Amino acid sequence: MSFASKSPWLIHYDGSSCNGCDIEVLACLTPVYDVERFGVINTGNPKHADIFLITGGINKQNEEVVKQIYDQMPSPKVVVAVGACACNGGIFKECYNIMGGVDKVLPVDIYVSGCAARPEAIIDGVVKAVALLDEKSKSISQGR
Amino acid sequence: MSARSIVPFGPQHPVLPEPIHLDLVLEDETVIEAIPSIGFVHRGLEKLVEKKDFQDYVYVAERICGICSFIHGMGYCSAIESTMGIEVPRRAEYLRTIWGEMSRIHSHLLWLGLLADAFGFESLFMQSWKLREKILDMFEMTTGGRVIFSVNQIGGVKRDMDSDTLKLFIKIFDDMKKELTALTKAFLNDYSVNTRLKGVGILTKEKAHELGAVGPMMRSSGIEIDTRKLGYSAYNELDFQVITSPVGDSYARTEVRINEIFQSIEIIRQAAQKIPDTELSLVVKGFPSGEYFMRAEQPRGEAIYYVKGNGTKFLDRVRVRTPTFANLPSMLEVLKGCQLADVPTLILTIDPCISCTER
Ligand code: SF4
Repeated sequence: MSFASKSPWLIHYDGSSCNGCDIEVLACLTPVYDVERFGVINTGNPKHADIFLITGGINKQNEEVVKQIYDQMPSPKVVVAVGACACNGGIFKECYNIMGGVDKVLPVDIYVSGCAARPEAIIDGVVKAVALLDEKSKSISQGR
Repeated sequence: MSARSIVPFGPQHPVLPEPIHLDLVLEDETVIEAIPSIGFVHRGLEKLVEKKDFQDYVYVAERICGICSFIHGMGYCSAIESTMGIEVPRRAEYLRTIWGEMSRIHSHLLWLGLLADAFGFESLFMQSWKLREKILDMFEMTTGGRVIFSVNQIGGVKRDMDSDTLKLFIKIFDDMKKELTALTKAFLNDYSVNTRLKGVGILTKEKAHELGAVGPMMRSSGIEIDTRKLGYSAYNELDFQVITSPVGDSYARTEVRINEIFQSIEIIRQAAQKIPDTELSLVVKGFPSGEYFMRAEQPRGEAIYYVKGNGTKFLDRVRVRTPTFANLPSMLEVLKGCQLADVPTLILTIDPCISCTER
């Protein structure tokens, strides 16, 4: 892919992260990394979003919140799990209040590893998400 | 009396990167009461001491929160070191102080950015975070990590900074001061910023005392307490004054935090001059027994680390009281009687860190 076919808007939700991955997601949006130059905008509204970035693991309290945000997003949509916690629970895996990674409740498309995930890795994940978004919208328009 | 309505705020809200939920009871535009419900980020990491030994737990302690990660690690290590009677090498204490102060600068810049975002000054947000990236680069240079460093260990630190690095840092800070001064002007002198901050969310000295506020929240209400003055790490050999402001509004809290950035730079400068040449870490033998309370000054205020060992490699108990937890009552207090439009800036005014609070 030599150019982005779409300006992907993303929504970010902090599951039960330690903030480390959170502030790295935000760091992607600010100077130095500045993903806005690719047309990526962080929106607060699920109905505007194409990509769902989640940091941190899932617990009983936020399970419903995550599902609700996902349901409110229009199709096609891509879920990106950012950081070890979101991938499989990470260092908190054995905590009594962590059910595991995001894939316990949502279909995760892209896993970004790292603790904390580096901004470069997060951007890479978003770029992959855009390609996937293209594929998904193609198959929707072909009625598959 | 006009009709009351309840507006839900959060847990997913554009202003805060972290989830907290508030039910705002409104009368027209005025907030009568704010009822918080928390628990979205609770992990239960204090109980992990039963599964990870006391040396491994350093990594968990650092991940109580990714913003004040370094000082969490340091607080936990110091507490364990005290129960084991370990005298940490002075150079390690100085390095901890330097990294700790760098954490404070990056945390305060992060907060300034989020505050600017909350009152809708996007470019100020970007400027603050641009400056913050320089600190992160310095962290990366010396520790290898940007937000989580893992340089603390029981008995000392794992990495060193040589004198060239320290000199370079002082130079970077000197250059940074110019940009910081420009930033300060925008925050403290800009007319529209002032209208959003001045006289908003006043917390009186009595109330701050009564509600047990800590950190900049308390100091900007005129109470002069700073746990760094207890002299842990290398602070007993460094000279600094506690920064306070008598007013207690959002403006005062911004002012105090900005001045603390400049203060931290001075502390680092002093530490870089005085740093002694000793080894970095001691070899630790045996297991912790007994208990200890460690108090440390986080960017957000005083944090307390309690550890209780039983002579085996697994601790009996770890307890952390974080500054945001202590500041929540003050936040609910300043929210009372404010306008709905001021809610985001007032929530941010305590510099909330939910992941610390809920652990
Ligand atoms: S992966 Fe690591 S840095 Fe990211 S939220 Fe989890 S513990 Fe924090």
